[in-house]
Amino acid sequence: MLIKLTGGTVYDPASGIAGQQQDIYIEHGRIVNAPTAEIKADKEYDLTGKVVMSGAIDMHTHIGGGKGNIARTLLPEDHRADPVARTHICRSGCGHAMPSTFVTGYRYAEMGYTAGFEPALLPINARQAHMEMGDIPILDKGGYVMLGSDDFLLRMLTANKDQQAINDYVAWTIQSAKAIGVKVVNPGGINAFKFNQRKLELDEQNAHYGVTPRQILQVLATAVKEIGISHPLHVHGCNLGVPGNVQTTLDTIQGIGGLPMHLTHIQFHSYGTEGDFKFSSGAAQIAEAINKNKNITIDVGQILFGQTVTASGDSMRQHANHKHASPNKWVTMDIECDAGCGVVPFKYRDQNFVNALQWAIGLETFLLVDDPWRIFLTTDHPNGAPFTSYPHLIRLLMDKSFRNDMLATIHPEAQKMTTLASIDREYSLQEIAIMTRAGAAKLIGLQDRGGLSPGNWADITVYTDLPNREQMFAKPNYVFKDGELVVVDGEIVKTCWGTTHTVKPDFDVSVEKELKAYFDRYLTMKLGNFKISDDEITENGRGSLTVHPLRRAS
Amino acid sequence: MIEIIEVPSPFCGIGTDDLSIQVDGVTVKVLSNGCAVNTPLFEQPITDISARVNGNSVSLEEAVAKAAALLQDTKLPVIGGCATDVNGMRALLALADKSGAVVDNMNFVGARNNFLALQDSGWMNTTLAEVKNRCDLLLVVGSDVEAFAPRFFERYFWTDAMFVEDSEQRQIIYLGRAPSGDASTSPNGHKASIYECSIAELPEVVAVLKALVKKQPILAETVGGIAVSDLQTIAEQLRAAKYGVVTWAAGALSYTQADLTVQMLSDMIKEINNQNTRCSGLPLAGKEGDQTANQVCGWTTGYPARTSFSRGYPEYDPFLNDSRILLANGEADVLVWVQAFNVNATPPVTDLPTIVIGRSGMTFSKEPDVFIPVGTPGIDHAGHAYRMDNVVAIRLKKLRNSNLPSTADVLNAIEQAL
Repeated sequence: MLIKLTGGTVYDPASGIAGQQQDIYIEHGRIVNAPTAEIKADKEYDLTGKVVMSGAIDMHTHIGGGKGNIARTLLPEDHRADPVARTHICRSGCGHAMPSTFVTGYRYAEMGYTAGFEPALLPINARQAHMEMGDIPILDKGGYVMLGSDDFLLRMLTANKDQQAINDYVAWTIQSAKAIGVKVVNPGGINAFKFNQRKLELDEQNAHYGVTPRQILQVLATAVKEIGISHPLHVHGCNLGVPGNVQTTLDTIQGIGGLPMHLTHIQFHSYGTEGDFKFSSGAAQIAEAINKNKNITIDVGQILFGQTVTASGDSMRQHANHKHASPNKWVTMDIECDAGCGVVPFKYRDQNFVNALQWAIGLETFLLVDDPWRIFLTTDHPNGAPFTSYPHLIRLLMDKSFRNDMLATIHPEAQKMTTLASIDREYSLQEIAIMTRAGAAKLIGLQDRGGLSPGNWADITVYTDLPNREQMFAKPNYVFKDGELVVVDGEIVKTCWGTTHTVKPDFDVSVEKELKAYFDRYLTMKLGNFKISDDEITENGRGSLTVHPLRRAS
Repeated sequence: MIEIIEVPSPFCGIGTDDLSIQVDGVTVKVLSNGCAVNTPLFEQPITDISARVNGNSVSLEEAVAKAAALLQDTKLPVIGGCATDVNGMRALLALADKSGAVVDNMNFVGARNNFLALQDSGWMNTTLAEVKNRCDLLLVVGSDVEAFAPRFFERYFWTDAMFVEDSEQRQIIYLGRAPSGDASTSPNGHKASIYECSIAELPEVVAVLKALVKKQPILAETVGGIAVSDLQTIAEQLRAAKYGVVTWAAGALSYTQADLTVQMLSDMIKEINNQNTRCSGLPLAGKEGDQTANQVCGWTTGYPARTSFSRGYPEYDPFLNDSRILLANGEADVLVWVQAFNVNATPPVTDLPTIVIGRSGMTFSKEPDVFIPVGTPGIDHAGHAYRMDNVVAIRLKKLRNSNLPSTADVLNAIEQAL
């Protein structure tokens, strides 16, 4: 079937198109060239006056894996406030802070998102993450495999293994876990917590291994670059949430020595210690460093006010944060000589000085970083706020008067501690399209996604150009996934299953010899049973695998 | 005849995946690394190969049609058992969603002790590889570890560890219940310390231990027949350990409001961590798909596997959605029993129409209206199952060609027929 989208105003940064009226043709799930005049479209949508973008891509959202399911189990009262009934098209479930898998897919699609990436795929828990994501309809998905606190890597560093050996291990882990990138969380800190260390500075040694976070970042960022992974090392830095951590973050940027690095939810890592409350915004310094260091990309991890739950691999920092739990219940876990996790419910309050300033710090960061290709729109779902708050966040970025109205309502001392009111910048539609589409696809290394030129998969979102950007982005008129119309006027009309995006970097197979001995001696699973096979993703008829090219090969 | 190695077990809950198994046609024999739990469950022969309606052999299609007919126009179907693999649970939940059923895992009464504690205050837990490599002190509360999993100590305790210098020096303390065997005695003969009390007195004993950990003064000299000075010793051992682990089997705490015992233990563990010592909990649970049921129900609905779909959306109630109560008080009007692992775990006897999706070989005191024998995950078809520590899902292997359908095949077919 040939579908024609006629006369829409197209924002396609991947092709350098910024608000031009253009027709788009779809056939067999992909965007195709305009057919010859005699071929008529089977179906035509008149998009005159509408805004057309590719489907949005959330490059950092906790949608799969054990800690998310702990968060769900922990908060029945949150689900009860947002029950989601079955319809003749959709499965039932629950919403709000940590929605059920089916509802996750529906609500993302209803906002025009067509892909989401789980940033914390623990190697030993990757199977679960893929199974959960396998129950998320419509969206494409993928994950960044978590390394850096696993005992195997730390043993390698202590044994002074060369970079090539580490590259082989990283590539092997990516393949075993079916990932598309590599993440490190509180480098070495999750491991150090198991040895009863309660904090770990960038240059502080792990009590057992003598290895520092700086070393871990260096070898992993190098590995990612050398094995040709498009997505730079995805870094949740040291000292999350600690006042004064802006210096840690600046040191981390300097310390990586020009290697590509993505700093995630940087808002939580941009805190100074000035002012009466010894808590201040480091956003200006961070933004300056980002603007200067072209090897660095960031996503913000904006907080928005209300109840949510924080779910992180950072067991060390989450344990320290448990005193802020609201409601007062929380979970941490040490996991399989591999990683850990911590789940702490949070209620961010606009009349709480720290929360109010966190809100302002995130927005300052968005507005002070110049290059929209190197900054991404996230709330670190669900940690800063549930992903369903993205339309509100987009309005805060695009509408200065709305932003200032909101600013006027937060804790008065926080208002004094932010420069937000003096920032005039308003994001354009093109900049939003870069942050949430073209830039995200480029950053992750997705081939044929995030753009609207012929050859791309037809993931397309059509909005009405409303002055209230929150309303506009909350309810697209149409969403197409792989050419199928799945949403009309913000409601699901059809469901389908997306693909799982991966990379398959090469490694020297002899790496398995040492790994097998390690698994047999110390772990609780056989090496052969650890590796995730292709059919595990595809066997229930819902999933498919897409392998993207490595950077070198492209 | 073939031999298959590194076979993972869905039965024992501790994720043993080193079994060697011989397959001769459809006959399975455990050659090595079996145990009292796993071996009989692997070797259970196939007896039923055909479905039955009212005791008469019928085709699978006819049985599915009859099951769908029994579910049609019901007010409150109950799906019990919930003992299957991940794909089986996916199909079960899809059927429950469509038919407005209550889903209730057969071991939920035990699991509830953990869920209530978790949902009220949370916990700090660990997993088996951390136990194996770090644990220098294991406190077992009110539970018999080796009866639960006969190979627990062999696999995770008396073995090489990365961070315990001499594995044989690891300490084990039993509080409440003595072990049924010697698995907790180290290979060089070092025995566990045992402090027995009646299970009914365990809440008091744990309360005093927690108070001692919190450095509260205790006036009594004994509690539940255990000297407070002994409990004081345990408290000091927990504080002195590098990586203490406290374990309990929620199902073994067989008294009312045992969730409060789990909560006291979890709070005690948190307190030890606040005293600059690491300590973690390790709930012993999750045989035959219990964790699988709760995990899949968790991501599909937000709630554990005692959830009702009767109002069109999932509603969790750990008490009201108890299937035995719903059957007993006449609220339920049809029972679906799903048990792909254990022929001895038969459905509760009821006068209501009963559909059993069960492991081949299951026998009944009262023939169900529909019985569809299914294959066992990890023997007859590949699949996924969760280990007791929840984090790790194991990939189950297909060992033989039995032509038995999977739970998912059958439940999906019933759902489609509705």
